[in-house]
Amino acid sequence: MSIWFTVLGMALVTYALRASFLLLPPHVDTPPLLRRALRYVPAAVLTAIWAPEVVLSPGYEQLAAGAVAIAVAWRWRRTFATIVAGLAALHLFHWLL
Amino acid sequence: MVASGIAPAVAMLISIVVFAGASMVAAAQLLASNTPALLVVLTTLFINLRFMMYSASLRLHFGREPLGWRLLMAYLQADNVYGLTVMRYADKPDTPGERDFFMGAAIVVWLAWQLAVAAGILIGAGVPASWRLEFAAPLAFIAMTIPLLRDRAMVGAAIVAGLTVVASNTLPFKLSIPLAALAGIGAGLALERK
Repeated sequence: MSIWFTVLGMALVTYALRASFLLLPPHVDTPPLLRRALRYVPAAVLTAIWAPEVVLSPGYEQLAAGAVAIAVAWRWRRTFATIVAGLAALHLFHWLL
Repeated sequence: MVASGIAPAVAMLISIVVFAGASMVAAAQLLASNTPALLVVLTTLFINLRFMMYSASLRLHFGREPLGWRLLMAYLQADNVYGLTVMRYADKPDTPGERDFFMGAAIVVWLAWQLAVAAGILIGAGVPASWRLEFAAPLAFIAMTIPLLRDRAMVGAAIVAGLTVVASNTLPFKLSIPLAALAGIGAGLALERK
C-alpha cells in the first residue's frame, strides 16, 4: 500500500520543483542577483553529481579515468568521445593498478 | 529497482511519473531497507532540488511560452536536456529559447531513458557487470560540465562545488548535493569580475 504513497509523493515533489519558476507569469521579473546566481547552477550542480563517483569510489581507477575524461572533454568537447575514452581508461587502469 | 524488490510494473511506473534517475536509484535503496514512505519522498525532494534551479534558469529563455508548453517542458526537464540547452545559450543569457530545440532534445532523451529503463527491467542482470557501464553516467556529466568552464568564476563554482560535495558526502539524504550547489554558486558570484 505505502508503495503507492511513495510513488505519488515522489512524482508530486519532483514535478513541483520542475514547474516552480517556469510557471511564474512572464511579467514577474527574476531578481538580478538570482539571474547572476543561476549562471553558476549548471557547473555547480553537475559537478556535485559526478565528483563523488570519481573521487570517492574505492580504488584509484575511477579517479584516473575521470582525469582522462576531463582532459578529453577539455580538448575536444565531445560527449561521446569523453564517455568512450573514460570507459576505456577505467578498464585500462583497472588492469594496470 | 527490481533487484531491490520492487515489482517490474511499479519500477516502470516510477520511471514514467517521476522521470529522475538519481532519485530513483536512491529510492530503490531506501525502499529495499524498509524506509518509511515520507522519508523516501523527502530524500527525493533534496536530490531533485536542482530541478528548481533548472526551472529558474530555463525561465529566462522559455518563460514566455504558452502555459501548456511550460507545463510539458517542466515535466521533460532532465540533467542532460538542461545541459544541452544551457550550452546553446551560454553566450546569450537573455535570448528567447527555441522551443523546438528543447522539445527535440527532451523527447529523444525521454524516449531513450524509458527504453533504457525498460531494457534494464527486462534484461536486468543480463549485462555483465564487468563492462562497468554504470560509470558512463558520471562521464556524461563530466562531458557536460567541462565546456561550461570558460571563465574564472565558472571554474571556481565547479571546483568549490566538487570540494564541498566530497567533504560533505557523509551527510544524510544526499544533502551534500544541494549544499555543494549553494557553495559553488556562492564561489561563482564571489569570483565574478565587477
